[in-house]
Amino acid sequence: MDLLTHAFTFLYQIGDAFSFLVLSACGLAVVFGMMGVINLAHGELIMCGAYVTAASTRAGLPLPLGILAGALAAGAVGMVMERLVIRHLYGRPLDTIVATWGISLAATQGTLILLGSSMPGIGTPLGSFTVGGYSYSTYRVVLMVAAVAVLAGLYLAFNATRFGTLARATIQVPHMAEALGVDTRTVYALTFGLGAALAGLAGGLYAPTMTIVPTMGTTFIMEAFVTVVVGGADIFLGTAPAALVLGTVRALLTTWQGQLFGQIGLLVAVILVIRVLPRGISGLILRERA
Amino acid sequence: MPEPLLATTGLRAGYGGKPVLQGVDLAVRPGEIVAVIGRNGVGKSTLMRSLVGLLPASAGGIAFRGAAVEGLAAHRRARLGIGYVPQGRDVFPRMSVADNLTVGASLLPKGERPDYERAFGPFPILRERRGQRAGTLSGGQQQQLAIGRVLVGGPALILLDEPSEGIQPSVVQQIGRTLVDLNHRTGVTIVFVEQNLDLIRAMAQRSYVMDKGRIVAELTARDLDDRDLVRRHLAV
Repeated sequence: MDLLTHAFTFLYQIGDAFSFLVLSACGLAVVFGMMGVINLAHGELIMCGAYVTAASTRAGLPLPLGILAGALAAGAVGMVMERLVIRHLYGRPLDTIVATWGISLAATQGTLILLGSSMPGIGTPLGSFTVGGYSYSTYRVVLMVAAVAVLAGLYLAFNATRFGTLARATIQVPHMAEALGVDTRTVYALTFGLGAALAGLAGGLYAPTMTIVPTMGTTFIMEAFVTVVVGGADIFLGTAPAALVLGTVRALLTTWQGQLFGQIGLLVAVILVIRVLPRGISGLILRERA
Repeated sequence: MPEPLLATTGLRAGYGGKPVLQGVDLAVRPGEIVAVIGRNGVGKSTLMRSLVGLLPASAGGIAFRGAAVEGLAAHRRARLGIGYVPQGRDVFPRMSVADNLTVGASLLPKGERPDYERAFGPFPILRERRGQRAGTLSGGQQQQLAIGRVLVGGPALILLDEPSEGIQPSVVQQIGRTLVDLNHRTGVTIVFVEQNLDLIRAMAQRSYVMDKGRIVAELTARDLDDRDLVRRHLAV
């Protein structure tokens, strides 16, 4: 294996880890990073997206539309969840943790009872390509492009639209936004719905690559939380660089010592970053004081 | 006397069961500039928050343009034409001046183009600094932004809570002149809470004096000319 092939493999692995972290974390970055809501049911929203995508693709829908359906379904579930539970618990983080943990358990077990212990998968599309004698999944490259596209889309949504301006205002000084005529309840509901839809999108995008089981949310949620915590409150200055740093650490250690060390290294890196930068990477960039 | 633009009857409000407003009765006519004065902790800011809708009234009524508004959420009152410039200004710190103004204009009906001259005209500094993050502005500039942000929404009534607080005297005078000028030109009604004697005398046509959650006196324009009388009502 020559140097170029090595380099490509390494970049491919960083890209793969980066896209996984970005896609699992971006919904949570909106809900937890921006709104401050600790949603332990985030993984189940991802699971919801995966189930809807798998079911609708098996029913004959083309995969991209199936993924869209997964995102929309999770977004709708998120809006209902906000209306019934989250809305009553803003500013009460401990209560939110308990409530969303309950939702998470109920969703996992409910899915198990209703739909069984697993759902037939839909298979990874697009096949593979070869570089220097090694083959790589083309769909993984699609996921990397999707991760970058989601980041760009979020940037535009929050910085170039009227809704984005009102959402940022509501998150920064809620009572003042309200006093200026912003219907902050609706803004919160839509923002939470957006975060849930992004979770569903992650589930839909990864549905073809995973075994679809009721507990699949747990695969995502730990990585999602650590990425958001390492990143800090800002999606673009925080979540994206955090995903890049953690993705690189994981790819390095996985290449060197295998998956287990990749995972351990990721967590050690998280502890180190939080020790040095309590407000995350975006806190450092924005020079916020802890 | 024309119908009041804003009137409260027996207004009561407080925090967590602790009453602060103990039955406030006041009436403000269209086009007036009225000060609310009194010692610290008598409920002036609470009155403002309650009028705006950020603090629910526990009893009594608030009428705006003759219609009861005490049951409406704050954003609904804002859309009816009540603008609020809070103590401490509360600009959106990590947003640009322009974006702060966009939020102020968001209550305009769909299809009405926001007219940012309403803010840039009286406060030209905002045009100069429109790309700057609001959190990095000086206190005086933030105050002008907080007022400009309300003006772009075209309010009929502006409620200001201690506009002079933490701002250098020359800027306070300039803001006072601008507000009086705005009142002359557009007829906008202004109710403001203030401790600064000079600003009270520069702006107010009359004044309510609050004590222990009630209006206890009313000062006419002539009373306001008497510095010692006003100072006595402000003193602890």
